[in-house]
Amino acid sequence: MLLIRCPWCEEDLPELEFRHAGEAHIARPTNLASIPDADFEKFFFIRSNPKGIVFERWRHVHGCARFFNAVRDTVSDRFVTTYKAGEARPVLPAVGDTGPAAHGNVEPKKLNVRKPAARGNGK
Amino acid sequence: MTGAYRIAGAGRLMPGRAVPFSFDGRAMQGVEGDTLASALIANGVHLVGRSFKYHRPRGFLSAGAEEPNALVEIRRDATGRRTPNVRATQQEIYDGLEAVSQNRWPSLSFDVGAVNDLMSPFFPAGFYYKTFMWPRWAWKHLYEPNIRAAAGLGKAPKEPDPDRYGARFAHCDVLVVGGGAAGLAAALAAAESGASVILADEQAEFGGALRYETGASIDGQAGWPWAKATVARLAAMKNVRLLTRATAFGYYAQNMVAMAERVTDHLAAPHSDLPRERLWQVRARRVVLATGAIERHMVFKGNDRPGVMLASAGRTFFSHYGAAVGRRVGVYTSSDSGWQAALDFKRAGIHVAAIVDPRPEPPADLVEAAKAVGIEVLLGHEVIDTSGRLRVASMSVRPIKGGRERSIVVDALLTSAGWTPSLHLFSQSRGRVEYVPEKRNFLPSKHAQDCVSVGACNGTENLEATLAEAFAAGEHASLKAAKPVARPEKVSGESWSGGAAGAAGHVGKKAFIDFQNDVTAKDIRQAVREGMRSIEHVKRFTTNGMATDQGKTSNLHGLAIAAEMLGKPIPEVGLTTFRAPYTPVSFGTIVGHAKGPLFDPTRRTAMHAAAVAAGAVFEDVGQWKRAWYFPRKGEDMHAAVDRECLTVRKAAGIFDASTLGKIEVVGPDAAAFMELLYTNPWQKLEPGRCRYGIMLREDGFIYDDGVVGRLAADRFHVTTTTGGAARVMNHMEDYLQTEFPHLKVWLSSISEQWAVIAVQGPKSRDILAPLVEGIDISDSAMPHMSVREGSILGVPTRLFRMSFTGERGFEVNVPADFGQAVWEAIAAEGAKHGAVPYGTEAMHVLRAEKGYIIVGQETDGTVTPDDAGLSWAIGKAKTDFVGIGGLKRPDLVGKGRKQLVGLRTRDPKIVLEEGAQIVADPKQQVPMTMIGHVTSSYWSANCNRSIALALVTDGRAKMGQTLYVPMPKRVIEVEVTGTVFIDEKGERLNG
Amino acid sequence: MAEIARTSPLAGRFVGRPHVTVAPAPPATRLAVRAPATSRGALARALKVDLFDGRQIRTVGPRMSLPLGPDEWLVIDEEGADLAAICRDVDALHSAVDVSHRNVGILVSGIAAEAVLNAGCPRDLSLAAFPVGRAARTILGKVEIVLVRTQPQAFRVEVWRSFSDYAFSLLEEATRDPGF
Repeated sequence: MLLIRCPWCEEDLPELEFRHAGEAHIARPTNLASIPDADFEKFFFIRSNPKGIVFERWRHVHGCARFFNAVRDTVSDRFVTTYKAGEARPVLPAVGDTGPAAHGNVEPKKLNVRKPAARGNGK
Repeated sequence: MTGAYRIAGAGRLMPGRAVPFSFDGRAMQGVEGDTLASALIANGVHLVGRSFKYHRPRGFLSAGAEEPNALVEIRRDATGRRTPNVRATQQEIYDGLEAVSQNRWPSLSFDVGAVNDLMSPFFPAGFYYKTFMWPRWAWKHLYEPNIRAAAGLGKAPKEPDPDRYGARFAHCDVLVVGGGAAGLAAALAAAESGASVILADEQAEFGGALRYETGASIDGQAGWPWAKATVARLAAMKNVRLLTRATAFGYYAQNMVAMAERVTDHLAAPHSDLPRERLWQVRARRVVLATGAIERHMVFKGNDRPGVMLASAGRTFFSHYGAAVGRRVGVYTSSDSGWQAALDFKRAGIHVAAIVDPRPEPPADLVEAAKAVGIEVLLGHEVIDTSGRLRVASMSVRPIKGGRERSIVVDALLTSAGWTPSLHLFSQSRGRVEYVPEKRNFLPSKHAQDCVSVGACNGTENLEATLAEAFAAGEHASLKAAKPVARPEKVSGESWSGGAAGAAGHVGKKAFIDFQNDVTAKDIRQAVREGMRSIEHVKRFTTNGMATDQGKTSNLHGLAIAAEMLGKPIPEVGLTTFRAPYTPVSFGTIVGHAKGPLFDPTRRTAMHAAAVAAGAVFEDVGQWKRAWYFPRKGEDMHAAVDRECLTVRKAAGIFDASTLGKIEVVGPDAAAFMELLYTNPWQKLEPGRCRYGIMLREDGFIYDDGVVGRLAADRFHVTTTTGGAARVMNHMEDYLQTEFPHLKVWLSSISEQWAVIAVQGPKSRDILAPLVEGIDISDSAMPHMSVREGSILGVPTRLFRMSFTGERGFEVNVPADFGQAVWEAIAAEGAKHGAVPYGTEAMHVLRAEKGYIIVGQETDGTVTPDDAGLSWAIGKAKTDFVGIGGLKRPDLVGKGRKQLVGLRTRDPKIVLEEGAQIVADPKQQVPMTMIGHVTSSYWSANCNRSIALALVTDGRAKMGQTLYVPMPKRVIEVEVTGTVFIDEKGERLNG
Repeated sequence: MAEIARTSPLAGRFVGRPHVTVAPAPPATRLAVRAPATSRGALARALKVDLFDGRQIRTVGPRMSLPLGPDEWLVIDEEGADLAAICRDVDALHSAVDVSHRNVGILVSGIAAEAVLNAGCPRDLSLAAFPVGRAARTILGKVEIVLVRTQPQAFRVEVWRSFSDYAFSLLEEATRDPGF
């Protein structure tokens, strides 16, 4: 179960409190009644569904109940950032595919000290 | 007597505490604290199972979770408390434990299936894939049924599991997985730094390898007393939670680790309140993996005979449980660990027949120590075979370079090919593992999550280095300011180095790699010969590592042999993926509390008890229990529904409509918001009036419907369908928050605030009149489709004049806690007028008689308002509402739409089946062109005939036409009609 | 006409164990309040309890306000005051909806209260992460709840009426052996 940062609550909270709500930044045309069919198709049916970084909508439905947007990497399933609905697309920080997740603050390598064995390697 | 092989003075169990148990019906005694494995070994029993494919006799390989052979069934009682495939090395005995061997018939020592072993030349690797290809027909009729009957290890109980299972979410600063020397040290350091710590170990006691590592010394203390003392220190600390018998089986995103705690499997008579197992979902800021390493067996012909086991297992059974695995023990090892085992046994006075080591020059101190105590040492030698029918009796030894073969009598043979670090959880965490040639092992490399591996699972090969890195990791893992923790100053221990993966020297035919799936070295070689190049292919072709033990002892061997055959370095052949769970997890643990009444919430309305008292039969509508019909004595459903339907139209009926969703829309822009979310116009609806609203999705299809009352200029009481309550609220919030955030309006769910009692029928007003206060309910003051606030029976009400039956009707909303009392009072008043309670079935019939649709029944997500005959509900002057664009799509406005019509069967007695397809010409060829389907169909007592609603292509242009409903045994003739079957002019609304 | 008393769906339910007690809360009135920041002062003056812009509840006598979202509060009055009527005269922009009967209160207290709730609630309920006075909408098993910590070892669970049987039964099951 993921931890998701709700930009309204400003807390990392269990995924169980959240619900996914589709791709973000698809503005509803204000003149829907008069747009050409092709434009309607683009607005309603066509989604980008890329591999990698996606902008998507979530709702903290069992929490503060607010909708917000998230940037997530579909390859690593890692949330890059979240921001309130209505805010502009954020400028993305450089995203690596590895490295410690939510709380990493120490290079794990430094924790994994491997000392030479006391004795020989056998055969 | 707790077993002939129990050595007085050895082990840590209390000899006075005898525990009776049975294995395959044979009564035996063990000692409190024994595992089933140690108790059986103490009783001289090594034959405990038959292998899966060849049915070969098998004994214990290990003393822990990696055990591939000793899988038994534990029977607690005659109910579903019967667990197959339990590892005897982990099951603790209790008074009366009943264990039964598996995969044998008629008995363990004489097993008919063992013929497979003789036939084994005909069952090579990939046998299944090759043999059952032809003839084609045989798969379905011959091969598959027989394979299915033979497949599967152990038998799952058929009875329901009567035990309870628990679940816990937990959070901590530091989770330490594994309670051996490394885990204990890391937990201590973290805890003393002030971190909240959870330390979990899969065994009954903490200590790990310190249970048998006799060479360990920590500040003058032996390993085991140090472990005990450390556990006592941890137990005394408030910020530490110690969990034994808890297997961390899955490592998920953001440091969530799932653990299965076995709470009662070791108890003779567990209290009924205790869960059998408990699922822990632990979220840790840091994880310290101290999961140790698993010893590998040597690969040689006959290495699966009962009595041949890992050196660490032999030592554990002896040092911890005081049970000797034999009286003449042989050792075959390519690692230093085997030597330590031999020395332990020799020191305890057990005869060690010989140490066989393929290495020409093992560490000199070990060789000297062994020679000093008089053990025969055979360096540069290999074991090429063993003998013995149901237990090892001798081993055949010869020099690797060739030479004379010699047979040595043994009744147990300990083997060690070195240690495989347990990377399972690290790998599950998506950490990268890397082959380190000088260690001949895969080790943790790049971490994907905030975790650290310490000790043997990190490739560390002695106690001193392990403790140093564990203390450092523990101190570091604490998020508090690292406080230096007092560390032991003088640590010494055994070396865990040496060993090799794969087959040393010349292996014969039956040199087993994977015991559980009967995969031999030869099978791996054959797989490579037949073209398998990736280890993933080798795995699937041979089934190496695919049994319940997931190849804990076999994977590296298989990989090494494949690499050797391919002439490639090991990392180029690859490592199979480690997947959760680490060991099998019972369904009960996954399910936790969610069974029986807690499987899913059961929602009951405020009037539920009254409906029960009135004899209602209930139906499930989503999570709700709704009164379906109210049979009287002698009535079946049909009779009850007929009576209810007739009574509503003759006198009145009372109906529990509480489950409908209700949303209060409040704010100065409430009407503007309603305009956008519903097709209808709302601005001009006067307060006190109601309107039937239709909600679309953006694609123009009907999403929900319901009656909406305007309570005030800035306040609407919206109703939704029962099933749509939650999603409609979400849909409305979505638009309000993300598309129309400028609107000053708020939504509050009031579905459960109001209990709703529908009173429908010509007598409805007479029934309510004496009960209602402060509301004039005459036709002139309160016409159809109006709403008033006042009180009824002294409690507040929102009274709606509306009808889902076509009769004069009201819906009485009262605060839910008053619902039952108000229902009872209305029912009592109604009885004076001949009214009866009616259920959802009669409700469906009554609305169908009037052609009122039910969203989800007449609609299926592809029906527009016009299709449903509801285009009158679209505000023609509106420039925007959700769905306005979708409605204009060419496909939705063109010809050929399916439209809602009524159907009358030519034979009025025939009731059509809902979902039945409709055709224009029943004589056409199959497959016929289907032009529609029946959406609702009932027997209508009021019409004295069957009625149906259907969606038919261009249906409204087909009025009066005859269409056909082909059924398996007949074709039913129907006439297309309007959708209203009773009171077409709607006069009864005021009748 | 005889006055009708409220019937709780949890009438008669009670779990008392040495380490934890689970009991229905007495009947109360409740108000769902939605308001922009500019209206909070006026509403707070009328309701006589602050609508705090944060995570902590405010309590004045029998009345408690629970912040649930950036513009959302649940106000509970344990003495049954007509909260909706109080707000009817507030001119400031807001929405106040009577939800007195929508929810049922469940009181969980005792040394194992936190563990019992964690049988179904995925949140970190340690005092550091969820201190006294903290309120949040969250999950309990398969239903949504509002959770308030009223004391170090006491919580109030607010759950919709028809889910109260499930919530209470889950808590009851968890009390048998919460593993605290």
